[in-house]
Amino acid sequence: MIQFVLRRLLQVIPVFLGTTLLVYFMVFALPGDPIRALFGDRPPSEAVIAQLRQQYNLDEPFWVQYGLFLKNLFTFNLGVDFTGQPIADTLARVFPVTAMLAIEALIIQGVFGIAFGLVAGLRKGGFFDSTVLVLSLVVIAIPTFVLGFALQLLIGVQLGWAKPTVGSNVTWGSLLLPAVVLGLVSFAYVLRLTRASVIENMNADYVRTATAKGLARRQVVMTHVLRNSLIPVITYLGASLGALMGGAIVTEAIFNVPGVGQKLYQAILRSEGPTVVAIVSVLVLVFVLANLLVDLLYAWLDPRIRYEN
Amino acid sequence: MTTSDVTIEEAGIQAGRPLLEIRDLAISFKTGSGEVQAVRNAHLTIMPGETVAIVGESGSGKSTTALAAIGLLPGNGRVAGGQILLDGEDIAHASEKRMIELRGNIIGMVPQDPMSNLNPVWKIGDQVKETLKANGRPSGPDDVAKVLAQAGLPDAGRRAKQYPHEFSGGMRQRALIAIGLSCQPRLLIADEPTSALDVTVQRQILDHLEKMTDELGTSVLLITHDLGLAAERADKVVVMYRGNVVEAGPSLELLQNPQHPYTQRLVASAPSLASRRIQVAKELGVSTEEVLAPRGSAAVKPALTEDVLQIQNLRKVFKMRAGFGKSTDFTAVDDVSFNVKRGTTTAIVGESGSGKSTVAQMVLNLLEPTSGKIIFDGVDTSALNTKEIFAFRRRVQPIFQDPYGSLDPMYNIYRTIEEPLRVHKIGDKASREKKVRELLDQVSLPQSTMQRYPNELSGGQRQRVAIARALALDPEVIICDEAVSALDVLVQAQVLNLLAELQSRLGLTYLFITHDLAVVRQIADHVCVMEKGKLVETGSTDDVFEAPQRDYTKALLNAIPGARLMLPPEVA
Repeated sequence: MIQFVLRRLLQVIPVFLGTTLLVYFMVFALPGDPIRALFGDRPPSEAVIAQLRQQYNLDEPFWVQYGLFLKNLFTFNLGVDFTGQPIADTLARVFPVTAMLAIEALIIQGVFGIAFGLVAGLRKGGFFDSTVLVLSLVVIAIPTFVLGFALQLLIGVQLGWAKPTVGSNVTWGSLLLPAVVLGLVSFAYVLRLTRASVIENMNADYVRTATAKGLARRQVVMTHVLRNSLIPVITYLGASLGALMGGAIVTEAIFNVPGVGQKLYQAILRSEGPTVVAIVSVLVLVFVLANLLVDLLYAWLDPRIRYEN
Repeated sequence: MTTSDVTIEEAGIQAGRPLLEIRDLAISFKTGSGEVQAVRNAHLTIMPGETVAIVGESGSGKSTTALAAIGLLPGNGRVAGGQILLDGEDIAHASEKRMIELRGNIIGMVPQDPMSNLNPVWKIGDQVKETLKANGRPSGPDDVAKVLAQAGLPDAGRRAKQYPHEFSGGMRQRALIAIGLSCQPRLLIADEPTSALDVTVQRQILDHLEKMTDELGTSVLLITHDLGLAAERADKVVVMYRGNVVEAGPSLELLQNPQHPYTQRLVASAPSLASRRIQVAKELGVSTEEVLAPRGSAAVKPALTEDVLQIQNLRKVFKMRAGFGKSTDFTAVDDVSFNVKRGTTTAIVGESGSGKSTVAQMVLNLLEPTSGKIIFDGVDTSALNTKEIFAFRRRVQPIFQDPYGSLDPMYNIYRTIEEPLRVHKIGDKASREKKVRELLDQVSLPQSTMQRYPNELSGGQRQRVAIARALALDPEVIICDEAVSALDVLVQAQVLNLLAELQSRLGLTYLFITHDLAVVRQIADHVCVMEKGKLVETGSTDDVFEAPQRDYTKALLNAIPGARLMLPPEVA
């Protein structure tokens, strides 16, 4: 088991190098001069530009730039961005915000998705099942930005139940509305996945055998249906954690959440190579770790999967 | 829950009252096109301590009847009429609460497939424990181990901590028997308890089950498709056909003197009972209408002396991963040599894991031998180039076990049978269609079948399609890998007769891979017995069956259900 975890962690190294190289190259290949773009319509003197270029190593060829980035990275010096702020500080500011948002969304989609899916699956074809199925389809069909603005207007502005935007003062409570928006689509998928899995397992031979043993229905469902049904759902949830961390750009923009998505978007617009790569690197780590966690959970849920030797 | 809730009056036993009595039972299923009657007017009586078997083919309603008795009909099924009297109490419409009390405590169940009836994510011990707990019995680790040990599971304490996938099929079935009998029920419903197991294991399990139920005085309702097995194990046999009980009576009496035409056919076709028929007919040169379809007169048979297949010192070693890039060798086939004469049937028999299917795959050139030679018609098949292999495939064709999995569901039957002709670029469109029609005739399927899809056909019909496809290229050798194991007894007999008839008409050579010795008896001229990758005995079918040399072969033969039953010659 420990060997498996170690091996998986070692795999992070090539994945990390590969992704950073790719992202760095893409930022490098963006058309336009980032320094000139920084100043907009009033270009500074050539001397200033030359100095700035040198400061950010923009004169160097691609490999040298990437090499310097790596060197800085391994000496735990992420450098400063174009506004002069240390990138490490930026990461320390934005990641906790997005992590809070992602965890809240994950809990919403996990807890409610599994619970609703279980009930719908057990009452297949009934009123609850049909209603939930139609509603989940509606949620999946509506794009996040529409849903986001609609809920912002309805709950935030008209009903006044929550603050329409988050702003700089981030709390669990203020993130609730964006988390709902963020988690809603995945919630619909988790629900449908759980429902399908429960229906399949309800027909499994071992469930019938469990009933034949004299177990009450509640016991049959909790011990024999639920755990087996969670296996595909956990895989989906783990994969969606990565997506929640990185893919919240739209939601963060709508609700003005000062998180990763917003920062990443700004950095891409400004062609700030080091900032983009730093953020993406952390996201890569999150993805890899989330997948490792899924694999471990998987083995815990399904004893047929064992990773030792 | 305490056991006192479920005590059933002792009076019933003294008064000779049946433990279970099914009267006029009707069961119907709700389907898209209305209600379908699955069981009609079923009658059944089981006295305390008695074993009663329900025999019938798939779809006959035997399992449905048994499931109704324990209140486990699928969601769309319901008892439409009649009574299920458990010691006088009608449980046909009992509340779910009452059924939960009865299940486990009074009525136990041993299900059919040991692979799918244990929850893969819980330890065996946990699955026994929850049974004991739910029925208010002591459920400590020692109690669990005791229950498992009684079912014949060695080293039960340690075994209880293992997961189902760490158990063999036989051991899983023992665990399921342990669960079924853990609360000493008065009635045990055993639904095909051993049909998924090898014959020798089957025998051990049934012996053990019999011993346990005798000791506990448990009545058993045994569901099986195997008449031989039913007759051997049960006091009474009930024959079901299309939802009706067509005949019932003491086992031997029913076998020796079947009244209903269906029972008569069943007795005649049961491989375990009537196994000599095709052989005898062949030896005597006579064929009877119902057993062997008429052979083509004076079929041109090539001389039987030519060895069309020569297998020489065949070996196959698989590398098994043992972690850290290390691997251990697993010898699946070990130094196997035998010859197959043209126009004859050679059977390879053995239990699962004996390497028989690996041999078949190597003969089909689907798997490369580690060493040894396969000589087909004088040519070493390992030396063939791509083009020659293509030509070789034309002459050697397979028929596989699973008629559901081996036909492409998206191809209609015409396309399925025509495909090999098209691949081998034989004839034009019109001549290919003519050939497909001929082939369908040969396997006794109506030509209208051409436009249908596999899911519209029964298992037997599908296997006929698979045979037609194999015959499309006029092959010389057909490798049948468990080609009839998935079929019901009567259908199996029909397909075996078809194969025998095609052999005599077309001079085909069969290599028949099977675990079922009764089938071997019916179809094979020569037998190769494999055990753990080695060929332990070969010889003519008669020699091997009459005077087996090796203990392993004897054990296999003894394990055929019904083998020990003595039947009058006109039946056997």
